[in-house]
Amino acid sequence: MAGIKLDTLTKSYGDTEVLHHIDAAINDGEFVVIVGPSGCGKSTLLRMVAGLESVTSGDVYIGDKRVNDLEPADRDIAMVFQNYALYPHMSVRQNMAYGLKIRKLPKDEIDRRVREAADILEIGQYLDRKPRQLSGGQRQRVAMGRAIVRDPQVFLFDEPLSNLDAKLRVQMRLEIRKLQKRLGVTSIFVTHDQVEAMTLGDRLMVLNAGYVEQFGTPIELYERPASVFVAGFIGSPAMNFIPCNASGTSLTMPNGIGLDTRQTATGKVLLGVRPEHLTPDATGHFKMTIEMLEHLGGVTLLHGILDGTDIQIVASLEGITQHQIGEVLTLSAPTEKLHLFDEATEKRIGD
Amino acid sequence: MIENRPLLAIASHLVLLLGVAMVALPVWITFVGASHEAERMLQVPIPMWPGDQFFVNLKQTFWGSGLSGTATAPVWMMMFNSLMMALMIAFGKIAISLLSAFAIVYFKFPFRMGFFWMIFITLMLPVEVRILPTFEVIAKLGMLNSYWGLTVPLIASATATFMFRQVFLTIPDEMLESARIDGAGPMRFFWDIVIPLSRTNIAALFVILFIYGWNQYLWPLLVTTDSDMSTIVVSIKQMLEAAEQSPQWNIIMMTALLAMIPPIFVVIAMQKLFVQGLTETDK
Repeated sequence: MAGIKLDTLTKSYGDTEVLHHIDAAINDGEFVVIVGPSGCGKSTLLRMVAGLESVTSGDVYIGDKRVNDLEPADRDIAMVFQNYALYPHMSVRQNMAYGLKIRKLPKDEIDRRVREAADILEIGQYLDRKPRQLSGGQRQRVAMGRAIVRDPQVFLFDEPLSNLDAKLRVQMRLEIRKLQKRLGVTSIFVTHDQVEAMTLGDRLMVLNAGYVEQFGTPIELYERPASVFVAGFIGSPAMNFIPCNASGTSLTMPNGIGLDTRQTATGKVLLGVRPEHLTPDATGHFKMTIEMLEHLGGVTLLHGILDGTDIQIVASLEGITQHQIGEVLTLSAPTEKLHLFDEATEKRIGD
Repeated sequence: MIENRPLLAIASHLVLLLGVAMVALPVWITFVGASHEAERMLQVPIPMWPGDQFFVNLKQTFWGSGLSGTATAPVWMMMFNSLMMALMIAFGKIAISLLSAFAIVYFKFPFRMGFFWMIFITLMLPVEVRILPTFEVIAKLGMLNSYWGLTVPLIASATATFMFRQVFLTIPDEMLESARIDGAGPMRFFWDIVIPLSRTNIAALFVILFIYGWNQYLWPLLVTTDSDMSTIVVSIKQMLEAAEQSPQWNIIMMTALLAMIPPIFVVIAMQKLFVQGLTETDK
């Protein structure tokens, strides 16, 4: 078992730098999820750890060993690909055993390991089938099995769930989580799905345009997002942002209504408030004209504009509520749930 | 198309039957000719129904000296020569094309595309175009009247290289990456992954190349002067012009019949893989 350390890791293609000075320390046995929008460099980062992409500058350590110049096979890692990348002409058993066969393990040892992995993943009855005879979920398990039999120091997952249907994805997500806890292998998981990221990761690395926006536990990211990007990316529906003028601890919204905050700031700021923290309150500061209602059963989403402005806001209220389109609703949010960001730098202000 | 128009069905069947007859008639005449005595074949009209000399002719053609009165090799030897030539060309072409396509698709080296286009441009230089210099080279290498001389100049193949390149490009990159993580080196990847995944394409190409090799005429005619090395396709033509006598049609037809068998056998044997190569899409 081993941790992973990234030291000012940079990747360029020609003159274009796609990853900028990434520093991170991943602990032994930790499950880290790299999350970000398409094209943010998350897969590239994973592939650099795997050794499938060369490192432009900086270092990658697995355990205490610098692995920059090692072939993927010598890094003691296993990777699960988005399209599984199973060898179509080999049976499930051969697929799982291939890496071990190349490493020249004794035959009974290979058999034992394949059997064990198949038991863990409950694919024992499929061992002699070809990948094309399996369903998406089963192929996914085989891909995992191929990773497990190698008994690696690190698991790398490159969006392994994105080819599955929604229900299976939730189920596999839980299984991956359980399996990782059980095996205790350091893992990096890449996804663009923030729910997947929140539920799987011990810690999340939010990547945007090649920069690490924030690296922390899901709760930290939710409660104290370091930037407007993280605040908008984590949580669903996304956080509302209202540009305000700040002076000390008081804010003035564009419609002239003022409110007090814990944080101290001056000048132009962005006030962030999550939809689920807004509640109807006649004495509240947020006046919203309802434009659309979404009934999800457990919650009702109210879409509307902040009264007197054209700023879109969303409120998420518990249960099924009887509001009408066109109605003006007054909402409030607890002071400790208000986030403040500098409008120019988009960084978090205060606490 | 599901249509119920009897007239159309009859008409289309007639057209098809006519086509079959046009293709099959020469084969039938060959078969009929191979089953009569030599004299019968020179009488007018030529027979349309098989005679009783088929096995006599077969024996004389296959094991005997073939044409009486000339010094041609027995037909089994010609067939063996043809078989060797066709197999060496087919396997040689496939081996070289697989390797060059593998190099072009999976390795980054300077002037990679330059080499690819150099291979591609040889499409414009078939043997017929470069026949004099090629003959000169083969003669100077002392390869006249040998299997090497028959096959080596025909082995390099731009078409097959191009085809395998296209096949390799359809193999997902993840397959290579997965193999790298599994610890497979380039040649291991080639043997364990690339070759099995191109299996059906190799089979399809083998059929085409075998027949290409079997049907070679001009090059074997030039390179082989020794009758022990002559191929069957060349020999049929020579039998017609055999030393100042009327053609022995029964023997010639029997030889032609025998010359058809190996290509037919290859097509039938490879048919299943060939069709799989066209229908299997799961890579």
